[in-house]
Amino acid sequence: MQKQAIFQSKLLPYALVAPQLAIVLIFFYWPAVQAVIQSFLLQDAFGLSTSFVWFENYVELFGDPAYFETIVRTFVFSFAIAASSLSVALLLAVMADKPLRGGAVYRTLLIWPYAVAPPVVGVLWVFMLHPSLGVLSRYLRAAGIEWNPLLDGDQAATLVILAAAWKQISYNFLFFLAGLASIPKSVLEAAAIDGARPMRRFWTVTFPLLSPTIFFLLVVNIVYAFFDTFGIIDTMTRGGPGTSTVTLVYKVYNDGLIGGNLGGSAAQSVILMVMVIVLTGIQFRFVERKVTY
Amino acid sequence: MVEQEGFRRYVAHIVLWIGIAIVAFPVYVAIVASTQDNALIANGQMSLLPGGHFFEVYYQTIFVGTSGSTREPVGNMMLNSLVMALLIAVGKIAISIISAYAIVYFRFPFRMPIFWIIFITLMLPVEVRIYPTYKIVADLHMLDSYAGLALPLIASATATLLFRQFFMTVPDELLEASRIDGAGPLRFFWDTLLPLSRTNMAALFVILFILGWNQYLWPLLITTRDDMQTIQIGIRKMMTTNDALTEWPIVMATAVLAMLPPVFVVVAMQKLFVRGLVETEK
Repeated sequence: MQKQAIFQSKLLPYALVAPQLAIVLIFFYWPAVQAVIQSFLLQDAFGLSTSFVWFENYVELFGDPAYFETIVRTFVFSFAIAASSLSVALLLAVMADKPLRGGAVYRTLLIWPYAVAPPVVGVLWVFMLHPSLGVLSRYLRAAGIEWNPLLDGDQAATLVILAAAWKQISYNFLFFLAGLASIPKSVLEAAAIDGARPMRRFWTVTFPLLSPTIFFLLVVNIVYAFFDTFGIIDTMTRGGPGTSTVTLVYKVYNDGLIGGNLGGSAAQSVILMVMVIVLTGIQFRFVERKVTY
Repeated sequence: MVEQEGFRRYVAHIVLWIGIAIVAFPVYVAIVASTQDNALIANGQMSLLPGGHFFEVYYQTIFVGTSGSTREPVGNMMLNSLVMALLIAVGKIAISIISAYAIVYFRFPFRMPIFWIIFITLMLPVEVRIYPTYKIVADLHMLDSYAGLALPLIASATATLLFRQFFMTVPDELLEASRIDGAGPLRFFWDTLLPLSRTNMAALFVILFILGWNQYLWPLLITTRDDMQTIQIGIRKMMTTNDALTEWPIVMATAVLAMLPPVFVVVAMQKLFVRGLVETEK
């Protein structure tokens, strides 16, 4: 679609796009190109000389079992976060979708965690479940669980997943509410007249009609788990104990800053970029379809 | 849909209250902890009822800071966060709306390539290009400055797309009418298009303010001076005292203060927030 009514001007449009273009080129494209170039270079330990090594950094990366573990861990985290927060949010949205007294109040009380910053989420959860002073750890100990996420990698991972899922509930809740509101009530009434009980109505009518929303949220949640959990992980565990909570983004940060391995870190960045492009692509194909429906 | 409606509604109320309790509990614990004595918390004796140190703890947090780690008053950190959030939100809206205007209302060479160049930045989140971006900001001498905090995050493909979408729905007759009135392109933009975009801008502002306020990785990298750090970074530094025990009441008070502005914005502007969120995700 194109506008019929337009202005004639040679220079003005360039002046208007110039600020955006300047920032995009300086802070987005130039660094991205640098990352690609850097990923083909190898620097000696003192940063005195660099040599062009083609794909050596990549080969080394994929030959490293630790990197493979990080990929698997990141996917496990993502699916655990997405699955738990999506299911809780869906349950709450289905309940809040009913004509209830005080429905608006419920909605307000459920959406605000969206605004809480990831590092704050991390601090809140680390404090509640701190092995020696957390208020919830007392109950876990009383229940006979040896709770110490500072030493136990699986427990640390569970803690990160819990905190990240907690934050995401409100976001998913909002989109599920919007999705539920767009399901025509007449379809559900028809199913009710046919004798379908509420549970059956949910699984045979609501759930399939909601599947585009679920798919969209799944992609958004995976992107969230990939990138926005950085603040949560950094405040909660710093990737530890060992490497039990190091995700792909955390590894880029860690290897570059602490390890000083710029080539390896850059190669990881490039791989992440490819992943983002794929995920964004999926999201867009889906959104395009939704628009034409 | 008539069977046992009363009972089902009852269940719905209970489920929703449990959901609210789960969502609110961590924050409740933080508020309670921020009013208690540090020694009590450090012993693992924290109670779930508010203590009596509310004014003392918040006064120290806002105006003095911790006695250990950074010793920076949180009031100052909040100011930094506020400046950063406002710069990002206003900057993104400003540069996006003018570039969307150019792309929709003018025909000029390289129009579509420029559109695509902006569009593709959707796929370059700051996390994947942190080190090279850091280096560029360092070369431009923008470390430890508001410009360095905000500029690299200001470009916005989503905001540009959003305004483009909106401008497409503006009827052509409006332009014809203002042209008859003798208005040029800048006049039309200022007098006609901007007022029409007001609600879109407001909705976007709510989302972008929260986004800016909650930035973490970028300020973590580029701020080294304590008086330039944002509140999110301050929290992290407070938790990493190696020489002394973490001062939990102050950390929790800081967490509560860090939550207040964005949560207030979401609750107060709920309608605009939901609208902005659903639109930006499209």
